[in-house]
Amino acid sequence: MIEISNLTKRYGQKLAVDDVSFYVDRGEILGFLGPNGAGKSTTMNILTGYLSATSGSCKINGVDILEDPIKAKQSIGYLPEQPPLYLDMTVKEYLDFLYDLKKVKQPRAAHIQEICEIVQITNVYGRVIKHLSKGYRQRVGLAQALIGNPEVLILDEPTVGLDPKQIIEIRNLIKKLGKKHTIILSSHILPEVQAVCDKVVVIHQGKLVANDTTANLSHSMSTDHRYNILVDGPENEVYRMLCAISGMHDVQTLGKREPGVFEYIVEAQQGVDIRRQIFKRLSERNWPLLGMRSSEMTLEDIFLQLTKDSGGTK
Amino acid sequence: MGAIFKRELKAYFSSPLGYIFLAVIYALSGYYFFYILSNQANYIQYVFSSMFTVVMMIIPLLTMRLMSEDKKLKTDQLLLTSPVNITGIVVGKYLAAFVVYMIGVSCTILFQIILATFATPDWNVFLGNYLALALIGAALIAIGIFISSLTENQIVAAIGTFAITLFIWMFDTLASVLPTGLSFLATILNALSFSTRYNDFVSGILDLSHILFFLSFAVVFLFLTIRVLEKKRWS
Repeated sequence: MIEISNLTKRYGQKLAVDDVSFYVDRGEILGFLGPNGAGKSTTMNILTGYLSATSGSCKINGVDILEDPIKAKQSIGYLPEQPPLYLDMTVKEYLDFLYDLKKVKQPRAAHIQEICEIVQITNVYGRVIKHLSKGYRQRVGLAQALIGNPEVLILDEPTVGLDPKQIIEIRNLIKKLGKKHTIILSSHILPEVQAVCDKVVVIHQGKLVANDTTANLSHSMSTDHRYNILVDGPENEVYRMLCAISGMHDVQTLGKREPGVFEYIVEAQQGVDIRRQIFKRLSERNWPLLGMRSSEMTLEDIFLQLTKDSGGTK
Repeated sequence: MGAIFKRELKAYFSSPLGYIFLAVIYALSGYYFFYILSNQANYIQYVFSSMFTVVMMIIPLLTMRLMSEDKKLKTDQLLLTSPVNITGIVVGKYLAAFVVYMIGVSCTILFQIILATFATPDWNVFLGNYLALALIGAALIAIGIFISSLTENQIVAAIGTFAITLFIWMFDTLASVLPTGLSFLATILNALSFSTRYNDFVSGILDLSHILFFLSFAVVFLFLTIRVLEKKRWS
């Protein structure tokens, strides 16, 4: 459905996207993961025909975006990072304009009404866009992408800047849309991609570092050897004792949490389970263990691990 | 193209901009018309020759937001990723500005009708003048849209366009003060002069080369605007 091969984009000396290739099948939701400035938006802008690649090609539905841009663009709905809204228009005027702009064939009133119901903006239909909140603007942006019922939806960080309740709503909405559309969704939040996507492409400094199903990636990213623990006891002694545990890779003190209580991050060597050891040692010295949870991997950790797995640099 | 034209036209009148533009043009042309009436002259050309300066001053108002606003709001991303070609986008916006301009200068038709109730007007001279006003509008709006495509700041676009129209306005004066060693420059400036050609129309001369001059001016700047948008994709 979407085919990206050897895509490279250069801004002067800076390589923004470096030889990226991946493929998305019909009906899949692909998560496009990377830290800020990794080249996600650039790739999406190339894919939608807003920018041109330095080299490489993008095909939507078998149509090259450079060779037949109008035909390719007809099957794309794009929500850029900042929703492209005309602030002076009402939601109705805006969607009517898009209906004309995209030369949609379906019956106007029914089509627009259907989209408004999907993204739940019926109650603000008559309001001027500049008076809408961020969450509603994002939805209007999403409605804009849905006009014309395109087969492919490209969403650039659709949940950024929303409150937690809105984030959950938008995620559910995307999942629902995924049943009918092929979706590429960019994000810099791993749990978000895990929650919504079938496949993940990870990009870092313009380079592709992983391209796998979400399940596989989550498995290789499992964090069951790293924990945050909370111990009631003298800081230095606890620290030394933790270091002495066999199979311990690294211990860090995070700081005081309550009077006499300190938080540590402990990291075991690969394949060693140290949880029982920690409990046993602490109870020997009568230092109560107040909490233990596996620590979440940060995006940086993931990149470190992924780049390490593929032999340093790809 | 149709959708963009319609939206831009509406946008002029959903903000004060369109109203201010029309108000200024009606007030100033009305003043010149009043002058004719109070002198009891059947000489509509007076309005037209004065309008030359007026439109040069206020066309930057009309064109400043055409492309720059889209850049600022990032709606250019929407337009350029929609199934429309760039020519359609530029021409749609251009025509919207041109229509607003024509709504403004068409008050002269009313003036001529009022004059016709008092004396027998020369409709051919009027039509020639009206055509001239439309033609310099077409050329200047094309310059304006080009300048607007170079920046995302409306004020910069307005001032830039104003500077260029002012420069065009001064072509004849500049040509006359150039030292003899630079007479070739004077020839070029005279050839590019808007006011000489416009005044020919005003005095009732309908010269095809003048019509082509203004039209090609418009086409060149529209073409340049399209290139600016194209170029952005490759930068």
